[in-house]
Amino acid sequence: MPTWLQRQKYLIDFTLSSLLRRRAKNAGLLLVYTLIVFVLASVMLFTHALRHEAVHVLAQAPEIVLQRMVAGRHDLVPATYLDRIGEVRGVHKKSGRLWGYFYDPAVKANYTLLVPPTDAPAGGEAVIGAGIARARGLAVGDFVTWRGSDGQPRSLRVARLLDSDSELVSSDLVLVSEDFFRGFFGIPAGQYTDLALSVRNPREVRKVAEKLALLLPDTRPILREEILRTYDAVFAWRQGIVYVLLIGAVLAFVVFAWDKASGLSAEERREIGILKAVGWETGDVIRMKFWEGAIVSLTAFLLGYVTAYAHVFFADAALFEPVLKGWAVLYPHFQLTPTIDGLQLATLFFFTVFPYTVATIVPIWRAAITDPDTVMR
Amino acid sequence: MRKTDRFLWLIGALAVATLLTFLHAGLGAREALPRLGAGAGLVRDLGLTDLALFTEARYTRHLSQADLHTAFQDHPLAFEHFPSGSLHAPPPHLRLPHADLAATTEVPD
Repeated sequence: MPTWLQRQKYLIDFTLSSLLRRRAKNAGLLLVYTLIVFVLASVMLFTHALRHEAVHVLAQAPEIVLQRMVAGRHDLVPATYLDRIGEVRGVHKKSGRLWGYFYDPAVKANYTLLVPPTDAPAGGEAVIGAGIARARGLAVGDFVTWRGSDGQPRSLRVARLLDSDSELVSSDLVLVSEDFFRGFFGIPAGQYTDLALSVRNPREVRKVAEKLALLLPDTRPILREEILRTYDAVFAWRQGIVYVLLIGAVLAFVVFAWDKASGLSAEERREIGILKAVGWETGDVIRMKFWEGAIVSLTAFLLGYVTAYAHVFFADAALFEPVLKGWAVLYPHFQLTPTIDGLQLATLFFFTVFPYTVATIVPIWRAAITDPDTVMR
Repeated sequence: MRKTDRFLWLIGALAVATLLTFLHAGLGAREALPRLGAGAGLVRDLGLTDLALFTEARYTRHLSQADLHTAFQDHPLAFEHFPSGSLHAPPPHLRLPHADLAATTEVPD
C-alpha cells in the first residue's frame, strides 16, 4: 500500500479514536446532522418526483385552451367562435370542450363532469373516476341520482370505472353524454365551456395565441407551456414553504454545528499541544481535523439521503405528505415514480458536507500554528 | 479489524446504498412507463388540463384554468377556507417589481 494512503489510514484511525472518546457528544451531533439531511432530502425527492409526474402526464394537454371572459369571469363560448378561429392560419384542430363542476352534498366534494370528445357514454350512463367510486362506494351497474340546475333529479348508471392507473388526473371525473351534460347544467346547444386547439407547428403556438387574442378580444388563450409552468410553480412553492417552516431548525443546527466545529474546547486544545509536542507537524494536525469533519459530515449525508429515499419511495413520504400533496375528499391514490435530480443532490451535498468540513479546519489551523507550550497552558 | 477498516466498510455500504437508489430510480422509471402512459393517454383523449390533486374548490381543481385575477371567489369578502389556495403561489407578475411600462406600451393611455 502506498505510504500516503497508509498515513491517511493511521490518521483516520486516530481521528475515530478521538471521536469515540467523546462518544455521546459526537453521536448527538451525527444524529441531528443526519436528521437535517433526511428532512431536506425527503422534501427535495418528493417534490421532484411529483413535478416529474405532472410534467410527464400533462405533456399531452391541449396546446391552447381558449376561454371567453365576460366582465372578468369565465363565460360560455359560442360555437360561432370555432368558425372564426378557422380564419387563423396554423390552427390544426379545434373543438369545443364541455366540462363543469358539480358539488355533491352527500360526500361534500366537487366532481368534474366532462363530455369526452370521442366515445362518450350513452345517455343515462356515466364513467366515473376511482376517487368518486371510493367516496360514494359505487361499482359498475350502480345508480347515482343528482339534482340538476332545474331542480329535477337525474339518474346515471355507472357503466365503467376509469383506470386507477390514471387516478392522478381522473380521480374526480364523471364522463357523461353531451345531452345529459346540457340538460343537467341547462347549457343550450351551440355553447361550450371553452375551446381546445392544436397548432400544426409547435414553434408557432405563441404567434397563434397572439392572433387569437387580436381576433377574439374577449377571450383568454392558455398555452400548454403555461399549464406545465403552473404545476412547476405549485410544487416549487410548496417545497419552499416546507423549507421556510424548517428554516428555524436548520439555523439552530447551523449554530450548533458551527460552534462545535469552529470553537475548540480546552481538551481539544491540549490534545493539539500534546500532538505537536510529540512531533506531529501542523499539516498532520490539520489533516486529522479534516478527517474528523469529513467523517461526521459524509456519514450524516449518506445516511440522511438513503433514509430519505426509503421514506419517500417506500413509505410514501408519510411525514410530509399532507403539506406537499395537499388534501381533499376525493384525493387520488397514486404511487410516485422514483426520480432523482442529480443537480439537486449535488447542491445538497455541497451545502451540507462542505461547510462543516471547512469549519472544522480553520480554528485548528490557528491552534496548530501556535507554540505547543502556549497551547498546553 | 482496525477502526479505519470498519469505518470504510460503513461508508462503502452507504455509498453502495446511494448507488442502489439511482438504480432503483432507473428501474422504477421504466416500470412506471405504462402507468404514466395511461395517464398521459387519458389527458390526450379527454383534453384534460390539470391534475386532480386539489379537488376541494372549483378554483383549485383546475389551477391552470382558474380566474386568478378574481378575488373572493366563493362569496363576497370570503377568506380562503381551503389549504390549497393559501399554499398556491401568487401569479408571477405579482412577485415581480413593478416595471415602468410608459415607454413600452403601443397604445397611449
